Amino acid sequence: MTNRIKIKSKDINLFYRDFQALYNINMDVEENRVTALIGPSGCGKSTFLRILNRLNELIEGTRIDGQVFMDDYAIYDKEINVVDLRKKVGMVFQKPSVFPMSIYENVAYGPKIHGIKDRRRLDEIVEKSLKAANLWQEVSDRLNSSAARLSGGQQQRLVIARVLAVEPQVILMDEPASALDPISTSKLEDLIAELKNNYTIVIVTHNMQQAARVSDYTGFFLNGKLVEFNRTDELFVNPRDKRTEDYITGRFG
Amino acid sequence: MIENYVEDSKMMGRIFDGKESKKGAKNIRFNAEYMIEKLLMLCAGISILAIVLIALFILVRGVPLIAKTGLNDFLFNLKWDPTRGSFGIGTMFIGSLVVTLASMLWSVPLGLLTAVFMAEIAPPSVGNFMARMVELLAGIPSVVYGFFGLVVIVPLIREYLGGNGMSVLAGALILGIMILPTLINISRDAIIAVPREYKEGSLALGATHYQTIRRVIMPAARSGIITAIVLGMGRAIGETMAVVMVTGNSTIIPDGPLTPVRTMTSNIVLEMGYAAGDHQAALFATGTVLFIFIVVLNLIVNISAKAGSQNAAN
Repeated sequence: MTNRIKIKSKDINLFYRDFQALYNINMDVEENRVTALIGPSGCGKSTFLRILNRLNELIEGTRIDGQVFMDDYAIYDKEINVVDLRKKVGMVFQKPSVFPMSIYENVAYGPKIHGIKDRRRLDEIVEKSLKAANLWQEVSDRLNSSAARLSGGQQQRLVIARVLAVEPQVILMDEPASALDPISTSKLEDLIAELKNNYTIVIVTHNMQQAARVSDYTGFFLNGKLVEFNRTDELFVNPRDKRTEDYITGRFG
Repeated sequence: MIENYVEDSKMMGRIFDGKESKKGAKNIRFNAEYMIEKLLMLCAGISILAIVLIALFILVRGVPLIAKTGLNDFLFNLKWDPTRGSFGIGTMFIGSLVVTLASMLWSVPLGLLTAVFMAEIAPPSVGNFMARMVELLAGIPSVVYGFFGLVVIVPLIREYLGGNGMSVLAGALILGIMILPTLINISRDAIIAVPREYKEGSLALGATHYQTIRRVIMPAARSGIITAIVLGMGRAIGETMAVVMVTGNSTIIPDGPLTPVRTMTSNIVLEMGYAAGDHQAALFATGTVLFIFIVVLNLIVNISAKAGSQNAAN
């Protein structure tokens, strides 16, 4: 069963000054699916993820060719408002990036900057987002304490709640479990499985078991190229490319 | 470890004296190590002793006079007439505070916004270049600032605003320029030290760059910025030469930005040449008050830095 295409990457090339980091990436990301990007360090998978919310533009000397469509709307068009795009495409980072403020303020940050001021409305959003991130039960009695006191796994779920509070359509995750212990990781993976009912998720992971567990589609990157992109069950059982096979069987990487 | 040690000692033995026994070589090595440690300790001891002696000297010479006149009278009595035995530094105490606060009133906002520009908005190469320039500003001797104030700022004030130019305003302008380097470079470092994740996390939520600076980066850099402000304040309150040259030094309470004023530091430098007896003690007492001011400001810096590192550690 295939879903509607949510994101379509067409011939994306990315240069960092003289260095080309991505070569002709074409990829279709289906709606309400989890798409995993795997590959060895430095292969371009995180760079590609940052293509999707235009976060690469922060780095001076970056040049991007090609186009990415989200619902037929070309995100690299000049007229596109990056702020609107980033509202629709949330992102979770490798290191839990909770802000140095209270739990409540962390979640309310996004809605506030987008103009919601009504306290009751904010309360509702915070509660709903924390519940959706499976964190409400653990923190509901200390919303005003510092977010920095939470454990790593809780912080990462708080970051997800913060993303959900902005009501995105797509969530990008850049190795979200790499700093977490096994129990926190498994909670996070459960959460990803729940979230895909409502969101389209693209996740970068260096952990192939994790990709196999959580994703519906997997893309294998090597040296800036998308070597193979397929349904996860196909890619891991019947890789078409020799390099994919070598990687997933652990011959390099 | 031990084998290496023995090996080394053998070498040493050979170098120093072919017949030297192993044990003797070991002793030489041990002694060199011991001597260096003691030497370092001596250096540290001398530095600390010098500071402690100066502090003690100031206190010993100053405190008795404060005790004699009473702290309240010394600090707040407005009559400074040392030759007739009236030692109230009230006008200077207020003068120091007024000039310092007036200088910070304009230099703190300007310095912080400059630091934000250098750290967040300018390309890194431009930011670094500006930081070098600002450091240069910090290296100019204060008498040069004072001279500049005397020949440029004071006449301008006299010409366009009235009075004789030697004024609170002139002092505040010169002092503000002098503490800008401290304000700018320390707050820039604090802003640069904010983890990249905060910035990216905020931008990824659809915040604009300005919202990110105001709501995430500045609060995260708060303790460093407080440090910058307090250190700047310490520098302003302790500055002497430039202030003496441009503020007119009358022992009156300033009733406006164009009136002359005398600070505590100016008081010491102006009168130390001919002061004797209780008069001299009164100058040391003024120094004691300044000293306590600076100690308190440094304590605030330490506390704020500690709070900052706790935030970061969690």
